[in-house]
Amino acid sequence: MSEAMLEIDDLSRNFTKKLDLAERLAQKMGANIREEVVHAVDGVSLKIAKGGVVGLVGESGCGKSTLGRMIAGILPPSSGRIVYKGISLTDMDIAEAKRAALEIQMIFQDPFASLNPRMRVVDIIGEAPVAHGFAKPSEIHEYVCDVMQRVGLDPEYRRRYPHQFSGGQRQRIGIARALAVKPEFLVCDEAIAALDVSIQAQVINLFMDLREDLDLTYLFISHDLSVVEHISDRVVIMYLGRVVEIASTDALFEKPNHPYAQALLNEVPRVDQRGRDYKPVEGEIPSPLDPPGGCHFHPRCPHAMDRCRAERPVLREIAPERWSACHLNDGT
Amino acid sequence: MTGTPATLDVRDLKTHFFTKAGVARAVDGVSFSVAKGEVVGLVGESGSGKTVTGFSIIGLVDPPGRVVSGEVLFKGENLLALGNDGMRKLRGNRIAMIFQDPMMTLNPVLRVDTQMVETIKAHDPGVSKRDALLRARDALGQVGIPAPDERLRSYPHQFSGGMRQRVAIAIALLNKPDLIIADEPTTALDVTIQGQILYEAQKLCRETGTSMIWITHDLAVVAGLADKICVMYGGRIVEQGAISDVLDHPVHPYTRGLLGSVPGHNTRGQRLYQIPGMAPSLMNLPEGCAFQARCPKADTACKTEPAITEPVPGRAIRCFHPHLDRSEEVGT
Repeated sequence: MSEAMLEIDDLSRNFTKKLDLAERLAQKMGANIREEVVHAVDGVSLKIAKGGVVGLVGESGCGKSTLGRMIAGILPPSSGRIVYKGISLTDMDIAEAKRAALEIQMIFQDPFASLNPRMRVVDIIGEAPVAHGFAKPSEIHEYVCDVMQRVGLDPEYRRRYPHQFSGGQRQRIGIARALAVKPEFLVCDEAIAALDVSIQAQVINLFMDLREDLDLTYLFISHDLSVVEHISDRVVIMYLGRVVEIASTDALFEKPNHPYAQALLNEVPRVDQRGRDYKPVEGEIPSPLDPPGGCHFHPRCPHAMDRCRAERPVLREIAPERWSACHLNDGT
Repeated sequence: MTGTPATLDVRDLKTHFFTKAGVARAVDGVSFSVAKGEVVGLVGESGSGKTVTGFSIIGLVDPPGRVVSGEVLFKGENLLALGNDGMRKLRGNRIAMIFQDPMMTLNPVLRVDTQMVETIKAHDPGVSKRDALLRARDALGQVGIPAPDERLRSYPHQFSGGMRQRVAIAIALLNKPDLIIADEPTTALDVTIQGQILYEAQKLCRETGTSMIWITHDLAVVAGLADKICVMYGGRIVEQGAISDVLDHPVHPYTRGLLGSVPGHNTRGQRLYQIPGMAPSLMNLPEGCAFQARCPKADTACKTEPAITEPVPGRAIRCFHPHLDRSEEVGT
């Protein structure tokens, strides 16, 4: 693997639900009430190489969006380090931190909620480049036209408001806004989940073209395994705040190692499978408020042993460039 | 279709919405049939008219929408001539519907048992409450809800999303309907939970001979579940036939484009085929074929409306230029 552009080391993020007045009083009186803590991201370590596309997959509540937000700098981590180009985000001086914040941009899921409805497209895309000195205020229209063309939007529409665009076009505006500050690393959080199939294909192609033209690195967060399979080089699978498997896309789809990865891959509906017999994974996704002890997946795992209930499996390298967190791998 | 009468036979159904801005032809001449125990997938992108088709069959189209013409023959009886009272007797009894959002179907302030007993008594007033409760419990067990006796006394908010959808399916099952219309029932669910719901649906059709119309935008889900597929575009079914025929040898340019744009079905990392442009507004569909503006094969013939033809046995399509050469690749 080439040099790591971004390295995450034992990163965690907790959310605490504070007690309200009545609950604090009840606690004082001796009731058994405690603050509830969600370990949204629980000791995650991973590396993203320059120019790579890493797909981050998991079901709701697995912490994939929280991880993306921490990398994009929107959410401070509770503990652990994010190292960007060799420097930890917390150790950077102001100039370095500003540069990193510009170079790591985020694209959001909902193209309706992530654009200010009262701003014209030219201002949505042009605001940041002017503020950060990429373009002079007098050249803003020219600059925005350039970016719009790059993402396949007609520059003629730059004076319009977001509501005058379709969902796919709005997502392009969101992408243009991120590209306007010349980023090197894009965090795409379910960036195509809200789009129709034919529009989804257009945006996936756009992401792949941009990667080639601008030498971008992506963290592509999605619940949709077939999209991730199509676009990424490496895949990270999370379950309830922890990484369960990291592998190259080929290796993973050929032979998933972790039982959860196997179950997930098994469940993906595929166009080439007809009249299949569904054999679903048993059980629900447990509440992240009260995850099962040991390995989080053990209540749903067909191979669960006593050890899985007691001991958290560590993520270790089971083959070159391939990690999995499962006790079954220790048996060999 | 010959032989035994179909459970449902929709003939030239037209549902239009008469709004101030003009007439939206949401469903415009849809014909298809569902045999006993058959699962028909109704596939299309947003605004293709698939949901309105489902609503028209079960008689839930609200003004300004109106079924303008056509016939919906349910076991030989025309539902459109039945009137409100007649439909009320059928709905939830012989024909049931499952919606995308189970919170829409479940009343949040009533316990699940109350809602289920109500459904049974509405169609069979003679049943004692005890028997009704027993039937409700059996229905919950049938869709794989653990401890159905206790869960009967729960409120909808005490269930997770997947469980709630199971309750909605259980209610649809209560009166052992002949036909279930499922409108995107797994779209809001996680992959492993979606697998569980598909498993229950499949088991149900196989065991009880219930027919099903599965409305979705997800070709992959339909591929695994359905026997027959109808692809909708601009209010019309552009292609229908047996699932394997249509998915392996799509004939209509839209179906071909759609299949070409599905990631996971196509070679990893390659550009997906993208259908140019976007879906036309139902308010001003072009004269003739609705797909002409985005179709690579469109010519002057497409300015007139294509009739339904059967170029291959068992397939019905609306196109002047079907791809009948099987050697060509999808998406070209």
